Amino acid sequence: MLNSPDEEAPQPAGIVERLVRDDVDRKRFLKMAGSAGAASFGAFVLAACGSSSSSSSSSSSASTAAATPTSTTASSATGDIGILNYALTLEYLETEFYSKVVASGFFKGKVGSLIKTFGAQEASHVAALKAAVTKLGGMPAADPMGKFPITSATQVAELAYTVENLGASAYLGQAAKIQSPEVLASALAIHTVEARHAATLGTLVKKSVTPQGAFATPADMSTVLAAVKPFLS
Amino acid sequence: MTTDQDLASPQLAACEVHGMTRSSFILRGALAAGAFYGTASVAPFVSQALAETGGGDVEILNFALTLEYLEADFYNVKGKSLGLSGEAKRYAKVFGAEEAAHVSALSAAIEQLGGKPVAKPSFVFPATSEKSFLALASVLENTGVGAYNGAAPSLQSKQVLASAGSIVQIEARHAAAIDLLIGKSPTPNEGFDKPLTQATVLGAVKPLIKA
Repeated sequence: MLNSPDEEAPQPAGIVERLVRDDVDRKRFLKMAGSAGAASFGAFVLAACGSSSSSSSSSSSASTAAATPTSTTASSATGDIGILNYALTLEYLETEFYSKVVASGFFKGKVGSLIKTFGAQEASHVAALKAAVTKLGGMPAADPMGKFPITSATQVAELAYTVENLGASAYLGQAAKIQSPEVLASALAIHTVEARHAATLGTLVKKSVTPQGAFATPADMSTVLAAVKPFLS
Repeated sequence: MTTDQDLASPQLAACEVHGMTRSSFILRGALAAGAFYGTASVAPFVSQALAETGGGDVEILNFALTLEYLEADFYNVKGKSLGLSGEAKRYAKVFGAEEAAHVSALSAAIEQLGGKPVAKPSFVFPATSEKSFLALASVLENTGVGAYNGAAPSLQSKQVLASAGSIVQIEARHAAAIDLLIGKSPTPNEGFDKPLTQATVLGAVKPLIKA
């Protein structure tokens, strides 16, 4: 199933492999993963890597290809399962975050109701992604059990804005790697809801609803995973 | 209601893509819209898009380009002529510039694929006040989100898909900001935005396109 056999990357480019190669990163990773988290997050990363072989799909993307697993040489199910489990992990974190925010009681009235709604929507993403992974014959990633600083309404709103923008970038970063049109359609349906959340929170914290201008910037898996590291217990 | 258990999840039912090929995409949309609005009303718009493009991704990009022309004109021409105020004025300025950037990017992408960008149609916007302007903005932005999400899985080029994704995220942000401003839910489709068929999109925008 090689699309372009002549462009096969010479070495594995998955997250785990990179972490093993980069000892500093590896130590940070192990410290971050902790004891309980290591099992679930490690399993997620393995799933997310899918096949350890990858190919770069364009000549100019060598550095991108090295930093992110691609699924062009994997069976479509393996690649898509990895991406879905990656998304699932992010949705778990978002769901948990909103549930803590709701519990904090910082937000009342209209804003409180929006926060509750967004939390419920993230939970519906979790359910849908789990079902999609199972449908493709995969094992849904376990809840990574996040930890979030919840200190004030302003701090929480700012963090929510950051988290939603990251989520939107994360989905965007995977869209072109998804093999199945059905999985792609599902990811797109979620992607724009994350964008709506981000924009809503932008109005709340008096920041731009389109902080990246006319074109949203994708984020690759390693960038996103590095950004969520502090939120994994 | 027979297929729910076949789906990954009932919530995702609306997201399933049923064997749509790129070539059937615009034609099916045009036929369906024609059946509803009368073939004569749809034909000039669609035949122009088909005649000037090489098919496939170019067709879809030209369809997106037409929507972006519409949105750009709406904010930059209609918005200006209405004399908006406050947040509405600010959004119209920012969003209008972003839609114009989408027009440029899509035109360039079409040319890069060897196609010819469709000409900008003339538009007519039934907005007479800031209130009706914002109500129409909500419809246009939410329709834009559904249009991109509906068309994206039919795109062949991964690069074009990535660009479309980068644009649709902005449409979703616009939609949410406008909806919040007018007291509507920023997530009208709940957790999963609904993809729209080209027929539905054509039906929504057709009254705004002057023949």
